Parts: sequence; C-alpha cells; structure tokens
Amino acid sequence: MAKVKRSPWLLHYDGSSCNGCDIEVLAALTPVYDAERFGVMNTGDPMQADIFMITGGINTQNAEVVKQLYDQMPRPKVVVAVGVCACTGGVFKDCYNILGGADSVIPVDIYVPGCAARPQAIIDGVVKAVELFQQRSDEHDKLVKQGGRPDAAKDAVKEDKEVSNG
Amino acid sequence: MNQTIAVICYIILAPIIGGLLEGLDRKVSARMQRRVGPPLLQPFYDVIKLMKKQVIVVSPAQTFALISYFALMLLTGSMFFAGMDILLCFFVMSTAATFLYFAAVISSSPYATVGANRELIQMMAYEPAVLLSCVGFYLIEGTFNVGEIAFSKTTDIIYLPGFFVAFVFILTIKMRKSPFDTSTSHHMHQEIVKGLTTEMGAQNLAIFQVTEWYENVFLMGVIGLFIMNGTTTNIIIAVVVILLTYFLEILIDNTSARMKTDMMLKLSWGVTLFSAGVNLLVLMLVR
Ligand code: SF4
Repeated sequence: MAKVKRSPWLLHYDGSSCNGCDIEVLAALTPVYDAERFGVMNTGDPMQADIFMITGGINTQNAEVVKQLYDQMPRPKVVVAVGVCACTGGVFKDCYNILGGADSVIPVDIYVPGCAARPQAIIDGVVKAVELFQQRSDEHDKLVKQGGRPDAAKDAVKEDKEVSNG
Repeated sequence: MNQTIAVICYIILAPIIGGLLEGLDRKVSARMQRRVGPPLLQPFYDVIKLMKKQVIVVSPAQTFALISYFALMLLTGSMFFAGMDILLCFFVMSTAATFLYFAAVISSSPYATVGANRELIQMMAYEPAVLLSCVGFYLIEGTFNVGEIAFSKTTDIIYLPGFFVAFVFILTIKMRKSPFDTSTSHHMHQEIVKGLTTEMGAQNLAIFQVTEWYENVFLMGVIGLFIMNGTTTNIIIAVVVILLTYFLEILIDNTSARMKTDMMLKLSWGVTLFSAGVNLLVLMLVR
C-alpha cells in the first residue's frame, strides 16, 4: 500500500504577512525546486488539502477565516507556521489589531523561523510536516479500524494531541 | 461471451490504464517545463490518500450524484467495449455529465456553481462534434453498431479526416485541458479555485478522479475506432495514434493559456462546422 506521505497537498494562506514570507513560499514551490516530484501539489482548496501553510500573524479580521479554513480540512492534517510573524506575531506583535501567531487560533505543529523564512527552511519544515502527516494518518487509520467509520476518528483525536511537535 | 470478456477487461483495466496515462501526462508535462516531475504512479498515490482521509461532505446528495456519475460512465464504456450502439454510448455519457453538474451545484458553493455552469457550456461546445462523428460513422459503415464499425474492412479515418480533427479538438474540452479547462481550473490558485470539484474532498474527489480515468479510456477508444479495420496489425496502429493524440493534448495543455467560455463555444462550433461539415458535404456529394 502506498504511503500517504507520497501525496501531500498544500494549502497556503497569507494572514497579515508583509508578503516577504509568501514570496519565499511561492519561490520554494516554483518549477526550479520542483516540489511536484515529491507529490506536493499547491491547492487552493481546503477540502482537498493536507498541509496548511500559514504566513503572517493573526489579526482580528482573519482569525475567523483561519479557523474556518482549518475546520474545512479533512483529517489527518498538519499545520506549518512560516516566518516569525506566523510563529509569534513577529515585528507586528504589539500592533493594536494583532492577536499573535497562528497558534492563537489553531493548533500549530511545525514552526519555521526566519524573517523572511529562507526557502531552505521552508522546505525543511515541509519535510517535517510530511513525516508528521504520515504518522497522523497511521493513527487515523488505526482509529478508523477501531471505530468502524472515518468520522469516529474526529471525536477520538483530542485537540491537545494535535499540539505536539512544537 | 466475447462481449462479457471485453466488459470485464474494461472495468478492471480502464482505471489502471487511465491512471497510468495521467501519470504519463504529469511526467511529460513536467519534462516540458524542464522539471523532473512526479513518479509515474503518482495519480494512484493521490487516490489512495484521498480514500484514507476523513469524509466531510457538504451535502450527502453530492455523494449520490457522484456515484451516479461514476456508474453511468462505467455503463458508457462497457456498452462501447461490448460493441453496442455508439449513439447510445454518447447519450449515456451526456447523462453522466449531467449528474456531475448536479454534484457540483448541490453544494451551493459559488465556485462550484460557476464551474458547473461552465461545464454545461462545455457540453454545448462538444456535443455537435460528437453527434456528427456518429453520423460520419453511419455514412461510411451504414451502422451505428460499434462492433460492426470496428471489425468492418474499411479504415474510417481515410473517409472521415475532418470528423477526426473535430473530435480531437473537442477532446481537449472533454478532458478539461487548457485552453479549455474552464470548469475545473487545472492548476492551483485560479479564479474559481477548483471549479466543479471545489466542494469535493476525500472519497468524493477520489470517485471523480477514477471516473475521469474511465472516461478517458472510453474517449481514447473512440479515437481508436477511427483507425480500426479488423486486422491485428491495425490494432498496433490504433494504439500509436491514441498515444500520439494524447501527446498532442499534453502539448496543447502546456502551451496555451485558458480561454473564455464564449470564445471556446465559438471556436469549437467553428472547427466542428468547418472540418466535420465540409467532410460531410464531400461525403454526401461523392457517395
Ligand atoms: S516574518 Fe518577516 S518577512 Fe515574514 S511576513 Fe513577517 S515581517 Fe514579513
């Protein structure tokens, strides 16, 4: 049976980033680095995504959007925060509208530091995320086997389990 | 008996062949962009992963519509490879496409709805060429029966070059390839996200994907029908022509930007009328 880690599909969301990190994310996904050879696809659709890459901090306006995107993604899923803004709020931390890093609204698994995060660091983060995705998927499969139906896994996996690997 | 074997072969082999063709498609596309590209089996990895994911459906009716789409597509291909009426095959295929439309609009998502409406326009764009091809086969062979067309002594493409051109043209629309990938934008981050398939995740997307493989194998079968004349060496030629046609589709896909739907409609009807229409006139005058 093929491993799910051979087919990680990405969803990239720009929070309130300065666009520095986004350009690095897109650079890492261009034909030059050819992420598709690892099965990575950049999809704009949360319902089809496995790995959620978020850049920039969370502000009062996008908090709901980020939560919604996260909820729309079917399990198993992994969240990667790219850049210090997404990790902690970064240089914008003290702004009146910034709530903090991505983990102020959704559980984040992998933190990629840097301002802007280097493409090497981003690729490194994605590699870690892919491993975690495989691990989650195995756990998910086990739960499905026990519960008999895929939805059962949803209730069984507790949110605190999500926030591992910090 | 032969019919049963053909149908069983289609049901078992079509997803494998269709998946491999798509893998080849992605690989060749990557090479055209000077990349390494995903492994040949990548489409299978994708489908296996999709089957394993948690099922979130916007509306349970969507699953029903998608399964109907799948079943009708299976029926289309089975009827074709069993050598039944080609007109009937295409009618069942249109019904299948209608179920796909329902599967998309039922979610009431704006992206999916726009994609679904464009799918309807696509159907309008390709339907004339499809029906004219059937007429072409009838004029040459005197029958709509796929079995008789395939195993008769005439090589249809010699008499039907215009119909063939029109059919290959609409194949680009049917396979949802650029410049006509209006209903499901093939690549990420376009204005309608994923169009038709925006609200399909996990298993539903897997069903859609596998149905597309069945559909592609059926369409390639129709291409083969233009070549077939009942001899065995001819089958090899048919396979070569099919692969060349597929390569042409990949080439078009990678060298063109997408087009507006109204342009697509005008262009496809223009090509159909011009090439298939002229061919039809010539046939009727000469015969
Ligand atoms: S981490 Fe730096 S480069 Fe990235 S979004 Fe924040 S300010 Fe911009």
